[in-house]
Amino acid sequence: MERELKYVGKRAVRIDGLEKITGAAKYTDDLDFGPSMLYVAVLESPYAHAIIKNIDTSEAEKMPGVRAVLSGKDFPEKFGLYLKDNSIFPADRVRYIGEQVAAVVAETPAQAKAAVKKIKVDYEPLPVLQNPLDAIKPDAPLIHPDLGKYEVVPWLYPQPGTNIAHVRKIRKGDVDKAFEEAEYVLEDWYHVPHVVHAPIETHISVALYSYDGRLTLWNSTQSPHTQRNIIAHSLKIPHKNVRVIASYVGGGFGGKAGISMEVIAAVAAMKVPGHPVKLRWTRKQEFQNSSQRQELYAHIKMGVNKEGKIIALKHELFWDVGASAEYGSNVVNATGFSATGPYYIPNVYIDSFAIYTNRPPCGAYRGFGYSEFHFGIESHMDRMAKMIGMDPVEFRRKNAIRRGQPVAYGVEMNPTGILECIDKVAEKIEWGKEDKSPDPTKVRAKGFAAVWKAPAMPPNESSAAFLKFSEDGSINLLVSGMELGQGFLTAMAKIAAEELSLPLEKIRVELPDTDRNPYEWQTVASHVTWSCGNAVRRAAIDARNQILDTVSRAYHIDKANLYLEDGKVKCYTDPEFELPYEDFVINGIEMPDGTFRGGPIMGHGMFMPEFTSAKVNPETGLGGHPNVHYTTGAGAVEIEIDKETGRIRVLKMAEAFDAGKAINPDLVEGQIIGGFVQGLGTALWEEVKFDENGRILNPNFTDYKIPTALDVPRDMNPIIVEVAQPDGPFGARGIAEHTMIPVMPAVANAVENALGIRIKDVPITPEKILNALKEKEQKNEN
Amino acid sequence: MKKEINFTLNGNPVKIEVMPNEKLLDVLRDRLGVKSPKHGCGRGECGACSVLLNGKSIRSCITLAIEVDGQEITTLEGLEKNGMTDLQKSFLQHNSFQCGFCAPGMTITATELLNKNPHPDEEEVREAIAGNLCRCTGYQNIIDAILDVSKKE
Ligand code: FES
Ligand code: FES
Repeated sequence: MERELKYVGKRAVRIDGLEKITGAAKYTDDLDFGPSMLYVAVLESPYAHAIIKNIDTSEAEKMPGVRAVLSGKDFPEKFGLYLKDNSIFPADRVRYIGEQVAAVVAETPAQAKAAVKKIKVDYEPLPVLQNPLDAIKPDAPLIHPDLGKYEVVPWLYPQPGTNIAHVRKIRKGDVDKAFEEAEYVLEDWYHVPHVVHAPIETHISVALYSYDGRLTLWNSTQSPHTQRNIIAHSLKIPHKNVRVIASYVGGGFGGKAGISMEVIAAVAAMKVPGHPVKLRWTRKQEFQNSSQRQELYAHIKMGVNKEGKIIALKHELFWDVGASAEYGSNVVNATGFSATGPYYIPNVYIDSFAIYTNRPPCGAYRGFGYSEFHFGIESHMDRMAKMIGMDPVEFRRKNAIRRGQPVAYGVEMNPTGILECIDKVAEKIEWGKEDKSPDPTKVRAKGFAAVWKAPAMPPNESSAAFLKFSEDGSINLLVSGMELGQGFLTAMAKIAAEELSLPLEKIRVELPDTDRNPYEWQTVASHVTWSCGNAVRRAAIDARNQILDTVSRAYHIDKANLYLEDGKVKCYTDPEFELPYEDFVINGIEMPDGTFRGGPIMGHGMFMPEFTSAKVNPETGLGGHPNVHYTTGAGAVEIEIDKETGRIRVLKMAEAFDAGKAINPDLVEGQIIGGFVQGLGTALWEEVKFDENGRILNPNFTDYKIPTALDVPRDMNPIIVEVAQPDGPFGARGIAEHTMIPVMPAVANAVENALGIRIKDVPITPEKILNALKEKEQKNEN
Repeated sequence: MKKEINFTLNGNPVKIEVMPNEKLLDVLRDRLGVKSPKHGCGRGECGACSVLLNGKSIRSCITLAIEVDGQEITTLEGLEKNGMTDLQKSFLQHNSFQCGFCAPGMTITATELLNKNPHPDEEEVREAIAGNLCRCTGYQNIIDAILDVSKKE
């Protein structure tokens, strides 16, 4: 029987809202640890690439208030999520400016900082590599000479003796032949620079090591269990003794996925048992010592036949992953599988290279590489459409992948609302309708992009949920996904509410503590609504079955005749029968003879996508099932450019995503608007700039501009499309990262439509616009 | 070197000895336990640490504690002494914040705006909050909530 949904899909005030707007929400830095707290400061490498010949900490140790000094001598362990190429402190060489070489634990932050200055390090500088196209050359100096010795998951392929940490290849069909048959062929390069997450809360970790070997960490993190696992594993502490307690996170966007500076807090704490130690990144350290988004140089060659069908794609992606690929290698891997964009293309050749350079390590960033490669693909789509004389929206519709068509690695595409997304966005942005600026120095135009993204996860990622009833019929739901602002807690509460027919006020779900809460891989990949949502749903169904069992046994009613409604058990065959949960969920049901049936109701559930497999042929990328499904969408902008200053204003945006089922429609819309604006920053302003030595020139919000309330379009139109994901909770799939992806290419396409110039390198600054206009004029004159 | 200062914090008198280089934000958070102002950049660039000084918003991360001697400081904890303000209720209804880290600073700035100009138009709201960075929301729900409450009054 199809029940009408009461909670899922309905608008609601987010359950973490009250705490956040009253200032009561606790972020890690808001926790009190008392007067025995110690503080950590780190020594940063002044060289982007150098051999460490000697570290002398003796003077630092004598400084006032110093309790411990740590360096690579003490902690030679390597760590990492997918490829263990990262050091807590490097013992032998530094690989980027700002890399933490040593740390001091002291009684005050000022004492720690003062002592750090007394650490003496002898460096022997090495040549610095800052461009992946240089670093991939055969004679380039090696950044990780020991690459062949690092532990790595079986589905990544480091190339020892080179700076290539991984290469993902796709070889489907015969591209060479298809290019010969193609009526139209276009090839070009696109470039996307490093950008940073810039959460308003910087990374922070507080660690406490007790004399009995218990390590507790309070972290601002997207990955409590993964951090526990990495710390336990690399520091050789039993998992049961490592506890990660998560507070609210003041913005993650992938930057707080996996682990980074938290290991420093952990090892620092181990030197001073009994004392909590705190390490908080400054804004500058947030730029250089956490992680950045990969830089990408992409070469695209596309072939289209007479009918306007794409028949061949050769896409080479050269990713700068910085000094460590421990997490970023998976970005490179994931995009390698998906760099066709949301199109069915029969012949595909993809090479996606993870290339080390002497820049800060790169990792997960909202979009997980998809924003970067879609800039190229979606720019290229517009240019191809022009070349063949077809409307770019029509060209995308024609080639958009349909359910059941094979994706690049051969698996059938999941149900998708991509055409509906394209159509709704085109309608909202009034595609085809020209809009003139009242100001003659300004031109207006529109630009379009379609996108897709799959969660990038190991095939055995999993989620678990546990819920327990209390005497009054309310529940505590325990999960370990993280509330990052996306609305995770509210979504999980709604899923449980729906299955247990329990009002939201009766459900409490909070941030996790790895000791108490069941396992969750990480809150990344826009997958927790889907994955953890499935686990919660199963836990609720488990509890429901226990409820029905108990009532059925006590009242001798067939289970099939019982159902749950508004916190009560009811009966189809006896409309009078009504048993509120609070009457029995803890204390059971009394029988005529004074005995009881039942007992505490506790549901548990877990979810692992058992159909995925990373076992593919490394030469072709075929033969496995690396991704669970794709979420599709589309976005468009209307812009106005001042021809004299080159300044772009985005006047209007529309974005649509196929959420499968929006558990919280208002929060989905919030994701769309927020993600669009984050994307706008990368389209127009954001770029980490380095000097010739590899030093970041703009590690602050004055020189690295993120969007303010004045910079965003006044007319923003989020659109939700719902084509159910068969294995999603109530049909849901994730959308949070996707919202950023269309922006860079949509803006670039609008610029071409406005001025006839093609910018192939973001951010699209006024300077680039004016230069391109000048170049165009000169061409016209010749 | 330490100097005793006296100021009013959320309506209550405070007497505390501070170093001449101590920042107001650190004194509020670490020594007086007032945690709603947040540390986002420490350079006056993000607005997360905003508090009211005699009703005017300032960046407490670049304000020396000794500067507030004899003055009046208000944080979120003070604004909501008699329960949530209408502005806060409006933020809640609009799901204005995501991670919530910018919320205290944004609320201080918006409170100042509405005190000075109870009926701002949309551009005035944008101007007023332009110095408060939010990385999550794209600002729309924050602006809508402020406009909503300004219409009600
Ligand atoms: S922390 Fe004060 S303005 Fe950023
Ligand atoms: S809600 Fe996250 S920074 Fe504003």
